[in-house]
Amino acid sequence: MSFNSSHADQTKVMIAPPEADQVLSVKGLDFFYGKNQALFGVDLPVARNKVTALIGPSGCGKSTLLRTLNRIYDLYPGQRAEGEIRFEGEDILAERDITRLRARIGMVFQRPTPFPMSIYDNIAFGVRLYKTVSKAEMDVIVERSLTRSALWDEVKDKLHTSGLGLSGGQQQRLCVARGIAVEPEILLLDEPASALDPLSTAKLETALVELKSSLTIVIVTHNLQQAARISDYTGFMLLGKMMEFRSSSDAFVKPETEAMRDYVTGRYG
Amino acid sequence: MSRHSRRILMNYVFVGLASLATLVAVAALVMILASLVSKGLGGFNLGVFTQDQPGGGGDLGTGGLRNAIVGSLILCGVGMVLSVVIGLLAGTWLAEYGDGNRLASLVRFLNDVLLSAPSILIGLFAYQMFVVPFHTGSALAGAAALAILTIPTVTRTTEDILRLQSSQLREAGMALGAGKGLVIRSIIWKASRTGLMTGALLGFARMSGETAPLIFTTAGNQFFSMDVTHSIASLPIVIFNFALSADENWQRLAWAASLLIAVAVLSANIIGRHLAARGSQHK
Repeated sequence: MSFNSSHADQTKVMIAPPEADQVLSVKGLDFFYGKNQALFGVDLPVARNKVTALIGPSGCGKSTLLRTLNRIYDLYPGQRAEGEIRFEGEDILAERDITRLRARIGMVFQRPTPFPMSIYDNIAFGVRLYKTVSKAEMDVIVERSLTRSALWDEVKDKLHTSGLGLSGGQQQRLCVARGIAVEPEILLLDEPASALDPLSTAKLETALVELKSSLTIVIVTHNLQQAARISDYTGFMLLGKMMEFRSSSDAFVKPETEAMRDYVTGRYG
Repeated sequence: MSRHSRRILMNYVFVGLASLATLVAVAALVMILASLVSKGLGGFNLGVFTQDQPGGGGDLGTGGLRNAIVGSLILCGVGMVLSVVIGLLAGTWLAEYGDGNRLASLVRFLNDVLLSAPSILIGLFAYQMFVVPFHTGSALAGAAALAILTIPTVTRTTEDILRLQSSQLREAGMALGAGKGLVIRSIIWKASRTGLMTGALLGFARMSGETAPLIFTTAGNQFFSMDVTHSIASLPIVIFNFALSADENWQRLAWAASLLIAVAVLSANIIGRHLAARGSQHK
C-alpha cells in the first residue's frame, strides 16, 4: 500500500446512524503508544444490534481503536487514550470498574485463544467470575452459548475434553461462545477469521450475523468481502484517522473519499 | 582436483571429525554408566534397602543404605518444596511483572550469577546461615542449601516458560474481566504446566547428586533419622566417605549408592524430557 498523508488530509465523510440507535460512541479519540500517536481525533458511532466493521490498510489504527473500547490497552503501561468514549451514557475512559466494563464488552482475538482446560470449563470460567450458578444452570449456559456460536453440534459429545484439541475454526467459535456466555452488550472481534480456512470463516460469519439479534458487534477485518457480507456499517481508517463512515450498503458501492475508493478497488493492493 | 570433488572431500573430513568427537563424548558416558552398573549391581542385595550403613570392618555384604536413602529423599523432598515454591513465584514475578522494572533486571542478573555459582560456595554460605547460629548441622540446613542451589534453575525455567505463552492468551483472560492474578494462576500456569514440571524435574536432577552443600550442612549421620532438625545421612555423603576408605564392604556400598543416584537422575531427566515433548505436541 502506498497511501500517503495527502490521502489522509482529504475531507472525511461521516454518515452516522441516528443518535438514539447508538449504544456506543467514540468522539475525538487520540491514542498514544508512548510518544507515538496512533489515533488522531477518531469518531466512531456504534449502532445497537448491528455489525460495525472497521477496515483499512495495516497499521491504520483499527485494532488500536478496537482495543480502547474495552480498555484492554490498560495492561500495557505507556499506552494511553484521550478523548471520549460514551457507552450507555458512561465514559469508558473514566470507568473505574474495569471488571464490570469487560463483562459488558467482550472480545475475541485474531488467533484462537482457548484456555488450557475443557470445552465446558472454557465457557464456565468467565461465567464464574460474575455469578455463582448451580451445575444445572451452568449446563444450560454452556449449551446455549455453544449453540449460539454454532459449535454445539460439533462438540456436544466431548464437552469435557480439552479445548486445545479442537480445530482452529472450532477454537475460534469456542472463544465466541466464551465471550457471549457472560452476556455482554457488545462483542469486539479483532480479525477473528484471519487464521481460518474459508469454510470455518463461513461458519463463524453465520454465527456472528445470528448473534446480532441479542448484541452489538464491532469487527476489525482485512477481508473486504467479509465486511461487505456481514456488516451494517463500515468505518474506513487511514493513518490513524477515520476517513469514511457510513452504512455498508453505500460504502462498498460508492465510496465517497478518494482514499476509500482506492482501497476498496484494490488500486494500491 | 576440481572444486566439486574438493568440497566432497572436505565434507567427508568434517563429518568424520564430528563423528569422532561425538564418539569420544558418548564413550565417556557409556564407560561411566558401564562401570557404575557392573560394580554397583554387584553390590546390591536386599540389605541395601533394609539395613542402615555398617561400621567399618564388617563382612562383605552386610549393612545397607536405608538411612542414606531416606535421608536423601527427605533432603531432596524438602529442598524441592522450598525451591519450587520460591522459584515458581520468583520466575512468575519476573515474567509477568518484571518488564521495564529495574529491580527485575537486577534480580534476573543475580539469578544468572547464582545459576553458575560453585556449589561448594553455596554450601559454605548455607553453613554460615543455617548451621553456625544453631551450633549443629541438620537436615533442614541441608535442604535449604540444596534449595538455594536449585532456586536459580527453577526461577529461570519458570520465567522462560511463562514468556512463551502468547500475550493474546493473557489478554483473552483479562478481556473476560478476570484479574491479572487469576489469569496467571488458572490460565498461564496451567498452559505452562508441562514446562514448569520439566523445570522442577531438572532442578531435582541437579539437586540429587550434589555433595558439596551437604558436607557443610548435614553433619553426616551414621544412623537412621527422620528428624529434620538433626543431622542426617545422605547418599552423596556416604559415597564421599565410603569410596575413599580401604574397607571393601564400604566400597561396595559406595558403588551401590552411586548407581542409585545415577538411576534417579537419569529417570528424572527422561521423565522431564518426555513431559516437555508431550507438552510441545499439544500446541
